[in-house]
Amino acid sequence: MNLEQLPLLQQLMIVLSAVVLLTSFVLLEQARLVAAIHAFAWQGVLVAMVTAVVATGSGLEHLFFSAALTLGLKALLIPWMLHRLVRRLELDRHKEPLHHPALVIMAGVALVIFSYWLVLPMIQEELMFTRNIVAVSLAVVLIGLLMMVVRQQAVAQVLGFMSMENGLFLAAVSATGGMPLVVELGVAFDVLVAMVLFGVFFFQISESIDSLDVDRMNRLTERTDEE
Amino acid sequence: MSLSSWGVALLQALLYLALAPLLAGWVRKVKAWLQNRRGASPLQPYRDLYKLFGKEARMAHTASPLFRAAPYIVFTATWLAASAIPFIATGLPTAAVADVIVIAGLLALARFFLALAGMDVGTAFGGMGASREMFVSALAEPAMLMAVFTLAMTAHSTNLSSVVDHQLLHGIILRPSYMFALTGLLLVALAETGRIPVDNPATHLELTMIHEAMILEYSGRHLALMEWAAQLKLLLYGSLLVNVFFPWGMARDIHPGALGIGLLLVVVKLALLGAVLAASETVLAKMRLFRVPAFLNLALLLALLGLLSHVILEV
Amino acid sequence: MTALLFTVFAPLVGALLLALITPLRVAGWLNIVISALTFAASLALARVVATGGVVAGMSFRVDDFNVYLLVLTAFVALTTGIFSRPYMRYVCASGRITDRGMRLYHAMFQLFMFTMLLALSTDNLGVLWVAVEGATLATVLLVSLYRTPEAIEAAWKYFILCGVGIALALFGTVLLYFAAQHVLADPAEGLTWSALYGVASQLPPAIMGLAFVFLLVGYGTKVGLVPMHQWLPDAHSEGPTPMSAVLSGLLLNVALYAVVRLKMLVDGSLADTDSPHMAGYLLMGFGLVSFLVAGLFLHRQRDIKRMFSYSSIEHMGLMTFAFGLGGPLATFGALLHMLVHSLTKSAIFITVGHATHIAGTQSIDHIRGLIRTQPAVGWGLLLGVAAIAGFPPFGVFTSEFLLLTATMQTQPWFTVPLLVGLAVAFAGLFRHLHPMVYGAVPEGQLPVQANMLPVLIHLGLVLWLGLSIPGFLSHWLNRATELIVGVGLL
Repeated sequence: MNLEQLPLLQQLMIVLSAVVLLTSFVLLEQARLVAAIHAFAWQGVLVAMVTAVVATGSGLEHLFFSAALTLGLKALLIPWMLHRLVRRLELDRHKEPLHHPALVIMAGVALVIFSYWLVLPMIQEELMFTRNIVAVSLAVVLIGLLMMVVRQQAVAQVLGFMSMENGLFLAAVSATGGMPLVVELGVAFDVLVAMVLFGVFFFQISESIDSLDVDRMNRLTERTDEE
Repeated sequence: MSLSSWGVALLQALLYLALAPLLAGWVRKVKAWLQNRRGASPLQPYRDLYKLFGKEARMAHTASPLFRAAPYIVFTATWLAASAIPFIATGLPTAAVADVIVIAGLLALARFFLALAGMDVGTAFGGMGASREMFVSALAEPAMLMAVFTLAMTAHSTNLSSVVDHQLLHGIILRPSYMFALTGLLLVALAETGRIPVDNPATHLELTMIHEAMILEYSGRHLALMEWAAQLKLLLYGSLLVNVFFPWGMARDIHPGALGIGLLLVVVKLALLGAVLAASETVLAKMRLFRVPAFLNLALLLALLGLLSHVILEV
Repeated sequence: MTALLFTVFAPLVGALLLALITPLRVAGWLNIVISALTFAASLALARVVATGGVVAGMSFRVDDFNVYLLVLTAFVALTTGIFSRPYMRYVCASGRITDRGMRLYHAMFQLFMFTMLLALSTDNLGVLWVAVEGATLATVLLVSLYRTPEAIEAAWKYFILCGVGIALALFGTVLLYFAAQHVLADPAEGLTWSALYGVASQLPPAIMGLAFVFLLVGYGTKVGLVPMHQWLPDAHSEGPTPMSAVLSGLLLNVALYAVVRLKMLVDGSLADTDSPHMAGYLLMGFGLVSFLVAGLFLHRQRDIKRMFSYSSIEHMGLMTFAFGLGGPLATFGALLHMLVHSLTKSAIFITVGHATHIAGTQSIDHIRGLIRTQPAVGWGLLLGVAAIAGFPPFGVFTSEFLLLTATMQTQPWFTVPLLVGLAVAFAGLFRHLHPMVYGAVPEGQLPVQANMLPVLIHLGLVLWLGLSIPGFLSHWLNRATELIVGVGLL
């Protein structure tokens, strides 16, 4: 695949997916919750832009609708809900620095290389372009997973989960021109319901252990002698 | 390798020398405008240099011959490094020297002697500045090399001239690796040239000096050479950013008309870059020293991402 | 077709009704009524499939494999509904949940049924994903219903771990769709299972293999395969007991069903490559590890519901191993095992609900002398555990015997860990059971009002299946085996 020979729209897709990867690294490292939410919103905007670019290039009408849906849901509604939750839980100025930022970043880079290696077997020539973007979206998914593992704040874990969904959507759009609309609507609905439930959970957790540090929820282990 | 191309190479080197103070003055002028002042004229650095050359060079009695030699070494190394970077034309004989690793090596040489000179007299300020400078550059250098290697991987050569030629050949192509490398290099340039948010070029407060601390003991022509070397370094990085990433307009052949256009365009681009630098210096605050590693790690990460996106997305 | 639509959508309508109705007495009965109607519809659907073949249309597809799961799901939902009515009344009266919690419980119960039935009957792999994720979402609030710190922690773990797993499964689904794009005549059919099954041999093996790994890890999280099982003991033990019964008995089956459907596709695709049994080996690996690890963990448990949820993990591991082994004998055994395990496990959880009611605690150390206090409960627990541990003449023994025979025929060395694991699990279960049932009765322990009818029906069915599988059921299972491996057993 020669970058110089690709049409401009496909080059634009490549650039946008590279920036999506950057936002997922930013999400991984960002200590301040509000800034992390903004980074997630930008990721949503970029994914919606990729969808719009694919829609323009391939002429699939329903992708414009998907792009609008992603923009509305991932870039506006969910960040707004998270923002509101953060404000109600009084976590605006909360900073949660990572314990080993260098190690975490290296793990992130290793995951990017790993996801590229995973998709290498898809070596058919006409699939090269999409394979590369699938590699990037798998990396975004895995980095979201890494974020959920590394961060201890419940809101940060939810951001990691949502960023995984972003990566999945990017994979679907770039590799296949979008899943059938029914499925996309179902997925979007699931994500929205999940977000609402997360909101409910934050309050339950906060009331129960008086903080959102998930590491403090450790009563259920194999060594329980109580109860 | 005709005589005229060597002539153009010499012209390029002299242009670097001549325009370096102008860039520094321009940045200062724009900063003044942004701060609602009139500010000194952009030609003020020339007057400062002239004044300094006329003054006597005093040295501490504890200074060694290294102290006397360091300004010349620093100035020469920086000038050599700068003149190799394509300024108005590509394909010049000096292009053979324009290898990125050579340039990084020359800059490291200059930095080395600068740090030694800072420690030479035995004052606390000098030692402190030297250690801080080494600290910052130890983190900045990998980022810079990584960013430039990203460029080199696309052009299949570490020679800057080849990189520029490759860019000119293929027209406007959106490359994520270049975008990441550009951002990374911007951050590295801020660190290496000692601008805000890493170091304040106008300060003499002991808590915040890095570059200024090392040249604190110099006076007269030595100080002039050190200052000029710092301005050359700023022009070097500016020219690197502008000419490698946006090379359109550079002369491909030795033609007075093409050279003239090349010179005009590069001056305009540098003026824009200077204005952006001044704006960022006005908006950002200087970071505390222990936050500089985070800043440079960001640059390294961006360069790494550039490399990864090159390998994954562009090959 | 109408039977199918009624089966799937009646619980949805029921959920909406239950969300709006306030009086609790009505809610309990309405729950039972809706479940009964759903069960009747599923029986009608089974008759249609048995006589007419596959029922397909509107992106649904009911063939021999999933029709019996549909009937099973509806049946267990009914019996659990019958158990839950008085049990939840008691829970509400003891103040552990509020009225709003009860309303949520009933509505989510039916919604959960809806998502499971949808997952079982759909032909579209995307809708399957949405339904399985929907099942997680519907039950997550129910696990934390009691609002204790442990319950909230369990629900959070459940949510996060299953959410992550499901996201990986979605990636696998996307890869599958991607693989189908260049093969199918109509690319938009890329997620339809029946279309994919038709062209399975043409699907690119590299992508299918990668997709299957993701799908196995993803849906395997919901099956409870080690090491993605961490959420299961917590979620099954902290929620209300009827919830534990349906989670253990039904949801795990649905997830395993999804894995097997996908295995059918991948096997077709990999058939001509160097590693045609990759999917099978993966399933065997995960299944065996889950089986052994869960059996060992059984011994350490102090909470009765946790212990039985580890038993669920163990049995799901066994089933996964059986499906991975392939071949008609193992597959028949696995299908039978899905059936009897659901029935037995839900019966056990119902009995456990009564036992914890009697003893006032879920801790194994504090439950004693059940058989003396209330013989029905004591015997129920004893027989239930005997059934699940694989005692003849219960049905679990039959399916495990079939599996062991299949293992000895194809991979004889695996028989050793299987037997060891079975023995270890058996020892663990009985070691904990014995004092609970036969120990000295603590002061003031009184019998409670317990409707043991559902338990009786379930255990009776399991016993019947162990003694002699009725003809129609064996033919049913045989046809499902034919569908999955291509050749029937009988």
